Amino acid sequence: MTARSMRSLSGALKPLFSNRLSRPPPAQYGGRHTVTLIPGDGIGPELANHVRELFRFCCVPVDFEVVNVDSSMTSEDDINDAIMAIRRNGVALKGNIETNHNLPPSYKSRNNLLRTSLDLYANVMHCQSLPGVRTRHRNVDIMIIRENTEGEYSSLEHENVPGVVECLKIITKTKSLRIAEYAFRTARAKGRRRVTAVHKANIMKLGDGLFLECCKEVASGYPEIAFDSMIVDNTPCRPQQFDVMVMPNLYGNVVSNVCAGLVGGPGLVPGANYGEDYAVFETGTRNTGKSIANHNTANPTAMLLASCLLLDHLKLHAYAAMIRRGVLSTVSETRLHTADLGGQGSTSEVVQSIMNAVQSTGPRTLST
Amino acid sequence: MAAHSAVFSISKMINPFWGGRLGNTVKVFGTTLTSHRNKTMLTGENIPPPAKYGGRHTVTLIPGDGIGPELLNHVREVFRFSCVPVDFEVVHVNSALETEDDINNAITAIRRNGVALKGNIETKHTMAPSVKSRNNLLRTSLDLYANVMHCQSLPGVQTRHKNIDIMIIRENTEGEYSSLEHESVSGVVESLKIITRNNSLRIADYAFQLAREKGRRRVTAVHKANIMKLGDGLFLQCCREVASGYPDITFDSMIVDNTTMQLVSKPQQFDVMVMPNLYGNVVSNVCAGLVGGPGLVPGANYGHAYAVFETATRNTGKSIADRNIANPTAMLLASCMMLDHLK
Repeated sequence: MTARSMRSLSGALKPLFSNRLSRPPPAQYGGRHTVTLIPGDGIGPELANHVRELFRFCCVPVDFEVVNVDSSMTSEDDINDAIMAIRRNGVALKGNIETNHNLPPSYKSRNNLLRTSLDLYANVMHCQSLPGVRTRHRNVDIMIIRENTEGEYSSLEHENVPGVVECLKIITKTKSLRIAEYAFRTARAKGRRRVTAVHKANIMKLGDGLFLECCKEVASGYPEIAFDSMIVDNTPCRPQQFDVMVMPNLYGNVVSNVCAGLVGGPGLVPGANYGEDYAVFETGTRNTGKSIANHNTANPTAMLLASCLLLDHLKLHAYAAMIRRGVLSTVSETRLHTADLGGQGSTSEVVQSIMNAVQSTGPRTLST
Repeated sequence: MAAHSAVFSISKMINPFWGGRLGNTVKVFGTTLTSHRNKTMLTGENIPPPAKYGGRHTVTLIPGDGIGPELLNHVREVFRFSCVPVDFEVVHVNSALETEDDINNAITAIRRNGVALKGNIETKHTMAPSVKSRNNLLRTSLDLYANVMHCQSLPGVQTRHKNIDIMIIRENTEGEYSSLEHESVSGVVESLKIITRNNSLRIADYAFQLAREKGRRRVTAVHKANIMKLGDGLFLQCCREVASGYPDITFDSMIVDNTTMQLVSKPQQFDVMVMPNLYGNVVSNVCAGLVGGPGLVPGANYGHAYAVFETATRNTGKSIADRNIANPTAMLLASCMMLDHLK
């Protein structure tokens, strides 16, 4: 952090950075980490089981504390238990919890509650064309950083006049500055050259205008990174032109799904939600996959790559690299592709092949 | 009798929505096209046929900014060459001015002529927030509630996806584009997204009628009702209500993130899509990209009594203005849609 960029920060952000520098390392008791595991609905439980299987096979020093959240119950106890567990452990791996939109509107989305209570403000999704996966676009390598707590997802809606619903979209300076800072820091850390802000400020002048202004302010503190902006309707055109993209919540949802589609679908991309003190990992496109649950056809790649991100976060880099290598070598083998990639492989076959790949590349146990 | 049949033929293109006015949705889905005509007479709205004086139509032309003026010159050239009986009344709108006189003149001209062809008017987002988007003002004042975009794979254009034929119907006047924003507390901006039952029913009805006319089998509503339960929930509910009156057309719904992902991997599965304003913006741009880009797809904005035609993705194209490199296909196809409208 240069002095110039520190000065350009608003007062609210300075304590954030001093916290970050002195954040305690993830707790390791007896050399083993404890991670909260929320199976969720649909394909979540089976994928979470595969993750546990693989971790046990590779002797990863991680214990999972499983917290089940029942999406059909209207009381918020379940999700509060899960949130408390995450506060305790600091890290979590989760499947998507279904939000049945036939339930009354007072029932808030559980995933959303989790993100806002833990203040997981940055959703990071790295979309890369994987070798061996045939897609229409090649060489896509986009990092999408999406504001995760405000914007259109504030769940503030009301019906003043019958038949007229108002839905509030909130944009705040503090959070916009925060996410922009996060984006530029991440870009710098990964050696990226360009950050593009996606907005619709020609229509939502105040809201997205504020977001854009905050991004520009932060950009001035990072002179080596090029900053530009693009209106959201222009974005879906050519994927190879993008490097890092930062945006508010709703555009982030749509754009991240478009990018996931471009690199091969929801089964391949992992996602991470970072907050100041907590991190939660899940599949990038947050699908419940109810129609393919328990059919042994779901693609485990996204969840397994998400668990690699988890291991990186816990600084177990050797294990992360080992598992990632195994996953990527399996994905490049076409005959093991699952249904979403156009093949006929089953989930268990894919996981078995990953285990074989891991076993063949080196010793099973690694010291951290 | 002539007026009656003229009204009927017009009601096929500009489907006036009276259910909202009568406040009774039962009448909406119990009707067929013929009784639509009767309803028009009932409410006393005599939609006059497009004015033809001396056998020639007058159409308002708004050049706009960027590549708009040159493309519209080409349209005029082609019309003159083909001896099309259309006269253009040109109204310039200066996007750099803060007063709304220009756009009000344009709106009056469109009210007079009933039909317009326009280029996109630039909205500089560096100007004060009180300067509203001119395009938006035009759409809301004339109540052009339906934006229709037909994305088809054109032969000869090489794209990654083939055989795409999607009709996108997007609500054009409310939703996120209500331009209602305020900053109650400094550093916190609230932007209102409005969804009303009337407008949702209206656009759903338009979508199903159009689907029926064009012989389409499926209508998909795109929404985000798992998060915006009241807003998009209302939209979805209205679509379902209207769908029950069209048993020959299958109706399903899809969440917007799934939709966009499916669009870039398997766009052939979509037939007709109906959605609120913002998703419509993004989805229509994704579809335009799928069939070959913003230079190929025309768009039409239909209202009760007016119709305005333009390029579907509403790009100003400032960087390629006046360089003779813009693709005129979209604007020319839009002018063909206008000619269809004028019969």
